Amino acid sequence: MIIKLIIVVALFAITLGIAAYLTLMERKVAAWMQDRIGPDRAGPFGLLQPLADGGKMFFKEDFRPTNADKWLFIIGPGIAMFTSLITGAVIPWAPALKTATETIAIQVADVNIGILFIMGAVSVGVYGIMIGGWSSNNKFALFGAIRASSQMISYELAMGVSVITIVMMTGSLSLTKIVDMQHGFWDNGWFTWNVFKQPICFVVFLITALAECNRAPFDLPECESELIGGYHTEYGAMKLGFFLFAEYVNMFISCAVISALFFGGYNFPGMDHFSGLTLTILGGVAFFVKTFFFIFVFMWIRWTLPRFRYDQLMHIGWKKMIPIALINLLITGVVIAYTEGWFSKSKDAESASNAKTEQPLGVNTSFEKTKTGNSL
Amino acid sequence: MESLSNRKKVVSNKKMSFMEKLYFPAILGGMWITLKHVFKKHNTIKYPEVKREFAPVYRGQHVLKRDEQGRENCTACGLCAVACPAEAITMTSEERKKGEEHLYREEKYASTYEINMLRCIFCGLCEEACPKEAIFLTDRMVPTFFERNDFIYGKDKLVEPVDQRVDISKRQLTGKRPA
Repeated sequence: MIIKLIIVVALFAITLGIAAYLTLMERKVAAWMQDRIGPDRAGPFGLLQPLADGGKMFFKEDFRPTNADKWLFIIGPGIAMFTSLITGAVIPWAPALKTATETIAIQVADVNIGILFIMGAVSVGVYGIMIGGWSSNNKFALFGAIRASSQMISYELAMGVSVITIVMMTGSLSLTKIVDMQHGFWDNGWFTWNVFKQPICFVVFLITALAECNRAPFDLPECESELIGGYHTEYGAMKLGFFLFAEYVNMFISCAVISALFFGGYNFPGMDHFSGLTLTILGGVAFFVKTFFFIFVFMWIRWTLPRFRYDQLMHIGWKKMIPIALINLLITGVVIAYTEGWFSKSKDAESASNAKTEQPLGVNTSFEKTKTGNSL
Repeated sequence: MESLSNRKKVVSNKKMSFMEKLYFPAILGGMWITLKHVFKKHNTIKYPEVKREFAPVYRGQHVLKRDEQGRENCTACGLCAVACPAEAITMTSEERKKGEEHLYREEKYASTYEINMLRCIFCGLCEEACPKEAIFLTDRMVPTFFERNDFIYGKDKLVEPVDQRVDISKRQLTGKRPA
């Protein structure tokens, strides 16, 4: 219980700290890609810049437009912040610490519907943007909010389908199980990480994750150039800070989810040579290295690509992403069914179910783990 | 019609090929370009610590030169004020008195000499007009102020101090008057 409490507090602090420093990283990466230096005045290499920004946000006037809905105007950023923070709860940050007496999972809650929980919480997150944009009583804010909700709905479908593909391979919705299935790096003549088994699924997930985070090139809800900031046009002070902060927390969490689903989470090559505390720490480091690599990729994409037009966004979402994800799902299903022996000669249901539970007969090695872990 | 320059290009509305429709090769190409820029040399000059070197022809804040013995070159002839297209220069002249020979080079000198830096367009015509090699534009910048009056520079700011000569060698090979 106390350990869980420590993990909760540590996760909360780390998430907020990382989100704060992501703002600095974003500005630095942007600067480097544009042959500039970036913020370097506050502290060495500008390391105190997030504190200066936060301080500025707190001391600004907390302004509320006259015709704005008072309570919804406050609740909007609150929901955005809350939903982005709770998603971190189900992510396994490091291998479980095995002591002599007990096993401590470095995770707030090993919910058996982990990935579903994340999808759900992210979907609620759009309410924050929607309420915030609507209650501001400003047409640009409303435009941003409407764009945000339609974009989220369109891309959540493709994202969900690509997650289902991974879930089918694992046989569980639990993120711990999904990560454990990708144990190590090389097994049975093929990579264990899902990205090598499901590259198309990974690309679909990466693109939809960009859209879910409202990051460029899918930053239509904000688009500074057309909507003067979109849903947070009317916001100022720390309420605006909450919206921006929630965005960076979201980015951190989605990068963590990408590395957990596709890049083996805390698994790293040669992890079997370590055990105990060393394994936990090294695994945690590996996880954060992967996460930060993807955060860099997110920023890299943002400072490379221009924004999509709105109809292009919908076109890609509905006509490209969803069919690709569905076909990929279908192919995966057929391959899994084949390796499970559903197409073998046994006609009656009993032998089919026996084939499921028995040791696999198939020659395909890459899906071997799925045969035993079917708990859905 | 026949093109004269041969630079005319026919706009093509050809359909995109499959690889082009995929977008990914183009996107990866773009990302490769931005990644290359990460490792390039930054163009930023950290201003207060590092000052950018001006071109030799840069025209900044004016200086009223003294000669080698520390006497003011300016004789208040008014040619600079006449030449000035922005009418930024005003002056009053006075006769040199006995015992002031070490201060002013010739019998007439400028008792006040004012340049309105808000009017000045830094064209350098005053420098060209000056027959006495007295006024030069240097590579110093005119700082900003909050009051308009602060931009009117008098002799206190324009004449170079005897012990702190202003180097104009980049602007002109020599600030010395021909003997």
